Amino acid sequence: MNRLATAVGSVKLKRPGIVASGILDETGPSMARMLSGGAGAVVSKSIGSVAKGGHANPNFIETGCWTMNAMGLPNPGIDAFREEMEVAVAAGKVIGSVYAASPAEFASLAGKMEDYGAAAVELNLSCPHAAGFGMEMGTDPAMVRSIVSETKDAVSIPVWAKLTPNTHILASIGRAVEDGGGDAVVAINTLKAMHIVPEFGKPFLSNRFGGLSGRAIKPVGVRAVFDLRSAVSIPIVGVGGIYGHRDALEYIMAGACAFQVGSAVSEMGPGIFESINAGLKEFMAEFGYKSIKDMEGIAHE
Amino acid sequence: MNEVVRISSAEKLNSSTWVIRFKAAFDARPGQFVMVWAPGMDEIPLSLSSVGETKAVTFKVIGDDTRKLSAMSEGDRLHVRGPYGNGFDLSSRKVLLVGGGIGIAPLMPILEAKEADAVFAARDGDEVAYCVPIAEGLGRRHWVSTDDGSLGFKGNAVQLVTEVLGENVYDEIIACGPEIMLYYLHRLCVERGIRCQMSLERYMKCAAGICGSCMVDDRRVCADGPVFTGEQISELREFGKTARDASGAKKKL
Ligand SMILES: Cc1cc2nc3c(=O)[nH]c(=O)nc-3n(C[C@H](O)[C@H](O)[C@H](O)COP(=O)(O)OP(=O)(O)OC[C@H]3O[C@@H](n4cnc5c(N)ncnc54)[C@H](O)[C@@H]3O)c2cc1C
Ligand SMILES: Cc1cc2nc3c(=O)[nH]c(=O)nc-3n(C[C@H](O)[C@H](O)[C@H](O)COP(=O)(O)O)c2cc1C
Ligand code: FES
Repeated sequence: MNRLATAVGSVKLKRPGIVASGILDETGPSMARMLSGGAGAVVSKSIGSVAKGGHANPNFIETGCWTMNAMGLPNPGIDAFREEMEVAVAAGKVIGSVYAASPAEFASLAGKMEDYGAAAVELNLSCPHAAGFGMEMGTDPAMVRSIVSETKDAVSIPVWAKLTPNTHILASIGRAVEDGGGDAVVAINTLKAMHIVPEFGKPFLSNRFGGLSGRAIKPVGVRAVFDLRSAVSIPIVGVGGIYGHRDALEYIMAGACAFQVGSAVSEMGPGIFESINAGLKEFMAEFGYKSIKDMEGIAHE
Repeated sequence: MNEVVRISSAEKLNSSTWVIRFKAAFDARPGQFVMVWAPGMDEIPLSLSSVGETKAVTFKVIGDDTRKLSAMSEGDRLHVRGPYGNGFDLSSRKVLLVGGGIGIAPLMPILEAKEADAVFAARDGDEVAYCVPIAEGLGRRHWVSTDDGSLGFKGNAVQLVTEVLGENVYDEIIACGPEIMLYYLHRLCVERGIRCQMSLERYMKCAAGICGSCMVDDRRVCADGPVFTGEQISELREFGKTARDASGAKKKL
């Protein structure tokens, strides 16, 4: 019996861990490698309509406690990405992440991802460092609802919405996804943040502000998933600061049916999914849990 | 590790190459690199050309950022992230180092650390002359090739290595330089059955192995490399053929 099997709605996963968007997923060979290493699926880099180089370096920094980036959604554009998806889809389940400036553009990109063989599409409604995209739309419930419903009308694969924690109305945003017909919510994207180098008296990132991820944000992510679990009845995918199986368990117990791993891949390497899987199996055997489902949301009881 | 360091000395080595030295708290191995930044420039990857208590980066001015870096002097501060990458494996006994152009710089710490022979290849004498006194000072056997014949052997690195191999036997070749040089050198090593390690370059952003910007096939140059063995390189279909720009789009080399 595979205790680690789970499902995000109709998307069945042999393993509950998914590679988060923006993490070793800009190229086909890279996604294929991650799929062969213990991840249940990989979310692609967020792809837009046209090629984009992203923000200038420096756009990334990490300490032992946190990671901050302002990559600025670099991507080769949806048409060039076909070739990368072909390679990745041959290796396993790929969730196609897209970003756009309007509901119609989201719908059209999602349609392409479906053509390319994506198992689901993840709408990036939450990037904190790309002006006009992401977070600015993702904090308006009416806008979120229309993006989700227009995308739903355009595709037959499941539509997941990735949410930002940079809002006090997370529950309303979650409900807007559900009302729009969304199949799952993914929480959380990075928290808007800044790092200043005192010797220079200047922000480090070329974009000045960026998105915080890694260890420091786990408690925020777990709280967000816990809140969403009370607000919506669609599946929840948890993400933020997962470095080991105990972190993943917090998200599952808060209400997630699967989880994504991002920043930890830097410190722990691509092998992190294997080690989380091993830890989960051991924990589940010791505490008598037969499935991920058995643990989902138990912190609410 | 992230550190703001003070430049302890900056020196012009030839018409286009500078070395900047600084003390840093981190330990590093030959072949590792750092991400270097100061306000007003983009952060760029540079290999360490010295890995002792005093670290150094040696760079060629080819654009805005290297130009800005070349204008810095003693006492100025740099933000340094790293060190990143795997570094060279120095366990082989008899080694031939092959450096092309600015690719010579990352090999210098090896020359300091162990008895090894070296081939320095460059476009002209100006680009490579500074290496000769260093190799002589260390008492290492070395050969120079220049494309225009202005110093040493007239020809390219691979032609000179072929000559050197006619009279010497090596356990391994360790190389860094333009990918076109590495491509033909790798072919030569495969033909001759000589083990090799080569340091590759791709467009770097995070340098920490997660953004996927520096991929060559399914390998991360920043974290799985930048040093790859001959066998690993034989499996890379993109080596010598394609690289990716800042957007991730493929372009021919
Ligand atoms: C692992 C590694 C080690 C390196 N070590 C050295 C070294 O020791 N000495 C040295 O002189 N050069 C080294 N380089 C190359 C160096 O990073 C580039 O010369 C420098 O970034 C050029 O910046 P620029 O603004 O002056 O030129 P630009 O005009 O911005 O760029 C010129 C060329 O430099 C390369 N480049 C620019 N930005 C990057 C980037 N973020 N990542 C990778 N390549 C880039 C590209 O090929 C580009 O076409 C290394 C590169 C890598 C990947
Ligand atoms: C370098 C980097 C790039 C990212 N790029 C994207 C992206 O393109 N789209 C997206 O939805 N999220 C992106 N994210 C956010 C992650 O997918 C994830 O939501 C966030 O980092 C929190 O998880 P973590 O703490 O495990 O990293 C990126 C994060 C990092 C660190
Ligand atoms: S530069 Fe980000 S993975 Fe190598």
